[in-house]
Amino acid sequence: MAKAAIELVGINKSFGPVHANRDINLEVAKGSIHGIVGENGAGKSTLMSILYGFYQADSGEIRVGGKPASIRSSNDAIAAGIGMVHQHFMLVDNFTVLENVILGAESNALLNSSIAKARSELLRLEREYGLQVNPDALVEELPVGLQQRVEILKALYRGAEILILDEPTGVLTPAEADHLFRILKQLKEQGKTVVLITHKLREIMAVTDTVSVMRQGTVVATRETARTTVEELAELMVGRRVLLRVQKDAATPGEVKLSVRNLVVKDSRGVTMVNDVSFDVRAGEIVGIAGVAGNGQSELLEAIAGIRHAVSGSVLLDGKPLDTTGPADPAKLRKRGLAHVPEDRHHVGLVLAFEENENSILGYHGQPRYRKGPLLDVSEILADAKDKIEKYDIRPPNPRLKTANFSGGNQQKIVLAREMEQDPTVLVVGQPTRGVDVGAIEFIHRRLIAMRDAGKAVLLVSVELDEIRALSDRILVMFDGRIVGERGPDASEAELGLLMAGIEQKETVA
Amino acid sequence: MSAPYAKLPAWVDYGLIPLINLAVAFIVAGLVVLLVGENPFRAAAILVEGAFGRGQGIAFTLYYATTFIFSGLSVAVAFHCGLFNIGGEGQGYIAGLGIAIACLALDSILPWWALFPIAIAAAALFGALWALIPAWLQAKRGSHIVITTIMFNFIAASVMVYMLVDVIKPPGSMAPQTRLFLEGAQLPRLNWLIEMFGLGRIRSAPFNISFILALAMAWLVWLLIWRTRLGYEMRTYGFSPKAARYAGISETRIIIVAMMISGALAGMMALNPTMGDQHNVALDFVSGAGFVGIAVALMGRSHPVGIILAALLFGMLYQGGAELSFEMPNISRDMIVIIQGLVILFAGALEHMFRPAIQTLFASFSPRSVGMTEGKGA
Repeated sequence: MAKAAIELVGINKSFGPVHANRDINLEVAKGSIHGIVGENGAGKSTLMSILYGFYQADSGEIRVGGKPASIRSSNDAIAAGIGMVHQHFMLVDNFTVLENVILGAESNALLNSSIAKARSELLRLEREYGLQVNPDALVEELPVGLQQRVEILKALYRGAEILILDEPTGVLTPAEADHLFRILKQLKEQGKTVVLITHKLREIMAVTDTVSVMRQGTVVATRETARTTVEELAELMVGRRVLLRVQKDAATPGEVKLSVRNLVVKDSRGVTMVNDVSFDVRAGEIVGIAGVAGNGQSELLEAIAGIRHAVSGSVLLDGKPLDTTGPADPAKLRKRGLAHVPEDRHHVGLVLAFEENENSILGYHGQPRYRKGPLLDVSEILADAKDKIEKYDIRPPNPRLKTANFSGGNQQKIVLAREMEQDPTVLVVGQPTRGVDVGAIEFIHRRLIAMRDAGKAVLLVSVELDEIRALSDRILVMFDGRIVGERGPDASEAELGLLMAGIEQKETVA
Repeated sequence: MSAPYAKLPAWVDYGLIPLINLAVAFIVAGLVVLLVGENPFRAAAILVEGAFGRGQGIAFTLYYATTFIFSGLSVAVAFHCGLFNIGGEGQGYIAGLGIAIACLALDSILPWWALFPIAIAAAALFGALWALIPAWLQAKRGSHIVITTIMFNFIAASVMVYMLVDVIKPPGSMAPQTRLFLEGAQLPRLNWLIEMFGLGRIRSAPFNISFILALAMAWLVWLLIWRTRLGYEMRTYGFSPKAARYAGISETRIIIVAMMISGALAGMMALNPTMGDQHNVALDFVSGAGFVGIAVALMGRSHPVGIILAALLFGMLYQGGAELSFEMPNISRDMIVIIQGLVILFAGALEHMFRPAIQTLFASFSPRSVGMTEGKGA
């Protein structure tokens, strides 16, 4: 085998009592694509942050190209030839591509010479790696796929030989993701080393040469990708066998429970995000809304849930109209049987600083059952929370624990338990398994199917196409604020992918 | 990207860390004392002796603490709702107007126990109304509450100068203050309470019944914040406005209600120096107590029990400091202000300075006591 580009030897890192990385030994071969998979909280990001100089390891050694390297800041990492493409882009939106690329790498106080140099360098990179992007375009006007390309260019411009990508496909369409993978393969052929962090096993199988699985802060296995299977990797990640496919019977849709008519929603800047959308959700079915993040699904969800005003159009709940354009009042909607699991559980669905039991009544805290005279009935709230903890297997089973101290999957279960136990007529769910570990995904999917089978109308918004396909009885695809197509649950990924990219009738893939 | 905070046992969070902060503040203050050529240990002894040594000192310490409990609670209530009410000073000052109106009108008719509730209501009402305007501006117009409440302190000061000089000053008097309240508006002293413990006779300390009111308010604030729906909604909004919106909590309503409660508590702090001590409403009677409330709330972690303890500490600094500048002429009033400033600095602004070190210490010798936190993962 080729010699190692990066070697990590005995890396340990603790945050207070949390041992985030434990005796990590990892070798990434030069000129390879090395995948790192693991559940949330397995320590992947911590490990990469150590490699990129955000954190210092408590003990252990990093060797780059065979030589011990001391990486105390991102500047050290760049000097050692390590570049990172973050999950959330670190770009200045109102700068051009060129300006973003030279940011922090300006050669002197006057920009002219840097810009000229960067322009020719960008052209070279474009030739060598097929990374086309207009250097004079404003970043905010580029689609996310291209913004990510700018991030890669930034790293390469700084002379990165080793490129770390942290969950790079979260914001991409399947076609954009494929394009990214082609670029990664090209980088590999040119001798660069790529480290790909992801929780999507399919991507690992598609693009990596070697894969390391992390669980609870340690590397539990390293495999040659060609000699492993998705099932084996999933088992290694979770530590037990996992059902990757949800079992469900055919739906038996009843009458229409939620009806959306000609809904138009604008965002805070006045840009139309939802454009004349109409659809129905019947009792006993799951309707999935597929789409690349940022095509109006979030705004649609918020408008239905009463958090955001609609400009026009109507929503009917159980046949009776909701006041969508008036002052938002999610409290009233809850009373009428609309439960909402929001996309962003950290800032919207939960108050992380609250105890678990306090979050288990959020939004329903005005109900008489939680009140005793003028005060809240603390013992009733605790008993109620304990009950939900048991039913939804929330761990650790302690209703007095601060919510921030639960794992992502358990936090999501807290939200789901709260909303589902209200026995709603309509359940509106956004990204139910974002940032949730594989074991909990299985549980959440089963719960959603159970809600459907209990005759609830479920509207599901997710950017995970696999999830939409696994759960939905009907799939609506949203692109640029409109619903561009409806498909059955057996629609192929390629077909949905094309719809999600807005390419139905005319053009072909760029 | 900061390291996640581990959970520490409650006694460390609420006991050990404040004590360490306080110790550091006193060490630095001791250096200042050393710098002016006095013995810091003797100074500390005088300070503590002055505040707690005799019944007289204790009574004064408790008198000061009474005001600080009110102003600390005021800051804490707003703080739980995510609002930084810097306007306690002005709200307390304006409340003096309410007290003046109630007392001047009724002190000849009613006994103190009948007038006191009316005066409480008047003080709370004036304080609340003075807080209402910035609250409304924040809720409806997005004007930042910190800026508007600071501005309203200045407006309150000017309004009170006008009222005291031109409107309610008795004719012929040279002093910008109301006439002396009659017996009906003089709160009974509680000095006998201290004398009961055999701490010597108290000649003339203004420790009065509003201390009991302050303790009652601390209990009510605790109930409000942790045991009522309103408190729940305030905390939800304070931690996460988005979550509050999701939960159907009206932003306008919660901001206005929280600020009015905060203003009412700030208003009640005016009862102590006026009806309890001076028996009039004079120019500048609040004298910074509203601002001390910010430090008290910070140091008391916005919890009523913490606030009472912090208020006692600041009462001690006020009373002991006065004794100190009397005993050691080198240490002027300004030096006392510096020491108070250091306490605020270490206990309030730098309260997390020693936390990471203590956390590591605890994690190393008893990981179990610290509990688990979620690691940062992808």
